[in-house]
Amino acid sequence: MSSVTADHVPASHGHDDHHEMPRGWRRWLFATNHKDIGTMYLIFSFLMLLEGGTLALLLRTELFEPGLQFFQPELFNQFTTMHGLIMIFGAIMPAFVGFANWMIPLQIGASDMAFARMNNFSFWLLPVGAILFTGSFFVPGGATASGWTMYAPLSLQMGPGMDFAIFAVHILGASSIMGAINIIVTILNMRAPGMTLMKMPLFCWTWLITAYLLIAVMPVLAAAVTMLLTDRHFGTSFFNAAAGGDPVLYQHVFWFFGHPEVYIMILPAFGIVSAIVPAFARKPLFGYASMVYATAAIAILSFLVWAHHMFATGMPVTGQLYFMYATMLISIPTGVKIFNWVATMWRGSLTFETPMLFAIGFIFVFTLGGFTGLIVAVAPIDIAVHDTYYVVAHFHYVLVAGSLFALFGGAYYWLPKWTGRMYDERLGKWHFWSTMISFNVTFFPMHFLGLAGMPRRYVDYAAQFTDFHQIATIGAFWFGLSQILFMYVVLKAYAGRGEPAAAKPWEGAEGLEWTVASPAPFHTFVTPPVVK
Amino acid sequence: MKKLRGVLGTGAMLMAGAASAQVTDMPGGPRVNQLNLPPGVTEIANDIMWLHWMMLIICTVIFIGVFGVMFYSIVMHRKSRGAKASKFHEHVGVEVAWTVIPFLIVIAMALPATRTVVAMKDTSSADLTIKATGYQWKWGYEYLDGAAKDVKFLSTLSTPRTQIMGTEPRSNTYLMEVDNELVVPVDRKVRIIVTSADVIHAWMVPDFGVKQDAIPGFLRDTWFRATKTGTYRGQCAELCGKDHAFMPIVVRVVSQEEFDAWANEQKQALASAADDPTKEWTKEDLMARGEKVFAANCVACHQANGKGMPPTFPPLDGDEKYVLAPKQGQIDTVLNGHPGTAMAAFRDQLNDVEIAAVITYTRNAWSNAGKGPDPVVQPADVTAQR
Repeated sequence: MSSVTADHVPASHGHDDHHEMPRGWRRWLFATNHKDIGTMYLIFSFLMLLEGGTLALLLRTELFEPGLQFFQPELFNQFTTMHGLIMIFGAIMPAFVGFANWMIPLQIGASDMAFARMNNFSFWLLPVGAILFTGSFFVPGGATASGWTMYAPLSLQMGPGMDFAIFAVHILGASSIMGAINIIVTILNMRAPGMTLMKMPLFCWTWLITAYLLIAVMPVLAAAVTMLLTDRHFGTSFFNAAAGGDPVLYQHVFWFFGHPEVYIMILPAFGIVSAIVPAFARKPLFGYASMVYATAAIAILSFLVWAHHMFATGMPVTGQLYFMYATMLISIPTGVKIFNWVATMWRGSLTFETPMLFAIGFIFVFTLGGFTGLIVAVAPIDIAVHDTYYVVAHFHYVLVAGSLFALFGGAYYWLPKWTGRMYDERLGKWHFWSTMISFNVTFFPMHFLGLAGMPRRYVDYAAQFTDFHQIATIGAFWFGLSQILFMYVVLKAYAGRGEPAAAKPWEGAEGLEWTVASPAPFHTFVTPPVVK
Repeated sequence: MKKLRGVLGTGAMLMAGAASAQVTDMPGGPRVNQLNLPPGVTEIANDIMWLHWMMLIICTVIFIGVFGVMFYSIVMHRKSRGAKASKFHEHVGVEVAWTVIPFLIVIAMALPATRTVVAMKDTSSADLTIKATGYQWKWGYEYLDGAAKDVKFLSTLSTPRTQIMGTEPRSNTYLMEVDNELVVPVDRKVRIIVTSADVIHAWMVPDFGVKQDAIPGFLRDTWFRATKTGTYRGQCAELCGKDHAFMPIVVRVVSQEEFDAWANEQKQALASAADDPTKEWTKEDLMARGEKVFAANCVACHQANGKGMPPTFPPLDGDEKYVLAPKQGQIDTVLNGHPGTAMAAFRDQLNDVEIAAVITYTRNAWSNAGKGPDPVVQPADVTAQR
C-alpha cells in the first residue's frame, strides 16, 4: 500500500497538515472524509436509482398491453425481483446513509464521523453488492426471480442467481450495520459542547433511532438468507416441509426484519422534512419533543407488527386480531408527525422554493400512502387486497412519494452547502411538478387495479385491466424521464455554474451546518463550536 | 436512450391499442376499469365492502380536514402576502388532543373489523369440504365429503397460447378461464382446505372475499357461502414462479340439484375412465396417451419441442442422463421429483398409466426415437417403483 510520501510533508509540520486533502483517485478510494464518503454514497445511490428505474420501465413496457410482447415470464419475474432489491438496498438505504455522512457531523458540530476508515469500508462494500446484483443477470438461469422477499420454497428452486443475491444481501447488510454503528457512536460521543440530545436537529434524532433499528434487524435478514443458503446447498431443511421444515418460518423471520426496514427507509425522511418545513415557514418546528417521542414510538411498534404482511398465510384468529390492532396503533405517532408539520406551517411566513415543494409534496402524498396503510391494516380488507396492485400502490406511495421525495427535498435543501452554488430554481420547480404529477399518474390507478383483484407480480392480465395499466405505463416513463432533469440540475451546480451560495442561503434555516462556508470546507469544526 | 425508445414505443402501442376490439365486463371477474372491490356474493365479501367504505370515508374526512388546514396556510400564510411568522412551537393541550382523538378513531375502526375477522376464521360446521392443492402451475381439487366425495381433478388455464402471444383476438375471459371448473352448491357453507405440492400459491376469489395461501406441507382452511348462482373467477395471488399469472381459479356455483347431478356424472366418468395399471399397453397407445399427459403437465417447462429452457428447465430431447438411459432413473424422477429444482413429484398427480405413457412418449418423441434402452415403459414398471 502507498505510504505517505515524504515530498508531500510540508516543511513546517503544523498540527493539521497531515490531513491535507488527497488528490486524484486516492482521494476517493482511500477516502476517510465524511463529506467525500457522503458524496460517493449519494452518487452510488443515484446510479442504483437509475438501474432500478430502468428495470421498472421494462416491467411497465411489458405491462402496457395484455399478452406477452417483450419479455418471457421468467425474465419478467427477474426484473420484478431485482427492481425491488436494487431500489431498497441499492438506492434508498445508501442515499440516507449518504445524507447522514454529509450532514450529521455538520449538524452536531463534529469534525468527522467517529470511525473514518470503517466509513470507507462500509461504502466500498456497496459497489461489490451492486456488481453481484447486476452480475446475477448474466449467470446461468439469470437473476433470482423469487421476488425481493425471496420467499421459500420458491427461492430454493432458483439457480445460482439466488446465491448472488444472498451474498449481495449479506454484504450490503454488513455495510448498513457498520454505517449504523458509526452514526450511533458519532451522535452519542462527538456532539459539540452544549449540543444536548434534545437540542439536536431532528434529522440526527431520526437517524439515531434508525441506526438502532438497522443494528437490530439486519442480522435477522442475514440469518433468514443464510438459512436459505444452507437449505439450498448444505442439506438443511429449515423451510422444506417434506423434511420437517416450515415455509412460513421464513416469512416470520423475513418480516421481523422487513417491517422495521420500512421505518428504516422512512424515519430519516421524516428528519429531512422536519428540517425543511421550519426553514421555509420561518418558524421553529412545532412539537420538537413530541416529534422525538413519536419517532421512538414508531420504532418500537415496528418490531411488534410484522405478521400483518402475512394475514393471507392463515393464522389463528387471535394472532390476526393482535397484529391488526398493533398495526393500526402505528397510525397514531405517524399522525402526530403530520399534525406537527402542518402546525409548523400554520401562521408561518411561507415561501415555496424547491425543497419546500418536495416537503409539502411529501406530507401530502405520503399521507395518502399512510391512509392506505391504515386501510390494509384492517385484516379483512387486507385479505381482499393482499398481493394485489393495491399493495403495490400503497408501498410506492410511502417509498417513492415518501422516502424519495424527502431525499429530493433534502438534496435541493443542502445542495448549496455541498456545491457552493445555488441550483437552478426554475428547473428545480419543473422537476418537482413533473415528478409529483407523473408519480400520481403512475401509481394512483394501481389502487383501482388492486381493488378490482389484479394480482401483483403478473406478467400478463385480463383485458379489463388494460386502461389503468396503460395510464400507469405512460406515467412511469414520464416519471423516469423527469429524473434526468434532476441529474442535470445537480450536475450543473456541481460544475460550478449558478449563483455562488452564501453560508446560509435560506433565510429561515437553522443549525450548525449553516455556520460554515458554502461549499463546506474539506475540514469543518476542527475546533468544536459551542452551542448556546 | 433506452428510455426514449420506450416512450416512442409506448406511443405507437397506444394507437394500436385504440384500434383493438372493445372489451366488456367479465362475468364473475373484473369489470372494465372497475374502481372498487367487486360487489361480492357472500356475506364476508359484503362485510369487506362495508369496511372498506367505512375506512375510505373516515380517512377522506380526516384528509380533507388536515389538508384543508395545510392548504389554507399555504394560501394565507405566505411571505409574498406579507405574512409574519409567529413564534409558537408547542402546545401541550393540542398535542395531547391529537394523540388521544386518533386513538379513539382507531378503536372505532377496529371494532367492526374484529367482528368480520372472527366470522372469516370460523370454518366450523361446513356443508361441504373440498381440498384445493396448488401445483406449478395449476390447481387440483378433491371433494372430501358430500355427493361428490372422492371426485378429484386438475384445473388448468384454458386460454390458448395463441391468445397470449396475440396472434388471435383475446376472449372476454382471457387468463381467467379453466378446463375443469370447481362446482359447488349455492347457499351452502363450503370449506376449502388449501395446501400446495411445491411452492406457496394463494387461492383467491374476490367475489367470495376469500384469499388463502397454499403452503406446502401444511393445511390451511377458509370458507364461503355463495348466495347467487353463477361463475366466479380469481387468480393465484402468491408469486409461484414462471407461470404465476397463468393458474386461475374458476368456481361455478349451481343449485343443489344441479350439483348432485354433476356429482353423479363425475363419479360415473371417473369409474369408466379408471385406468387398469395391470394391463399390458401397446407402444402406440402409450405414445398417444403420453402426448396428452405431456401437453397437460410437462410442456410449460420442458417445451413442446422437448428442448426445455436450460439451465432451469433442462431439455428432454437428447437427454442422456434420464431419458436415453435405463427406465428406473426416469420413473424415479417423475414419481418423486428432483428436490431443489422445479421438477415436481408427480406421484400424487398422475396414475401409473399416465406416468408410463408420458415416459414412453419422451423416449420416442423428437430425436429420441430408436436411441437409448427401454423404449417402452409399462404401467406395471411404475407400480413396481412406487
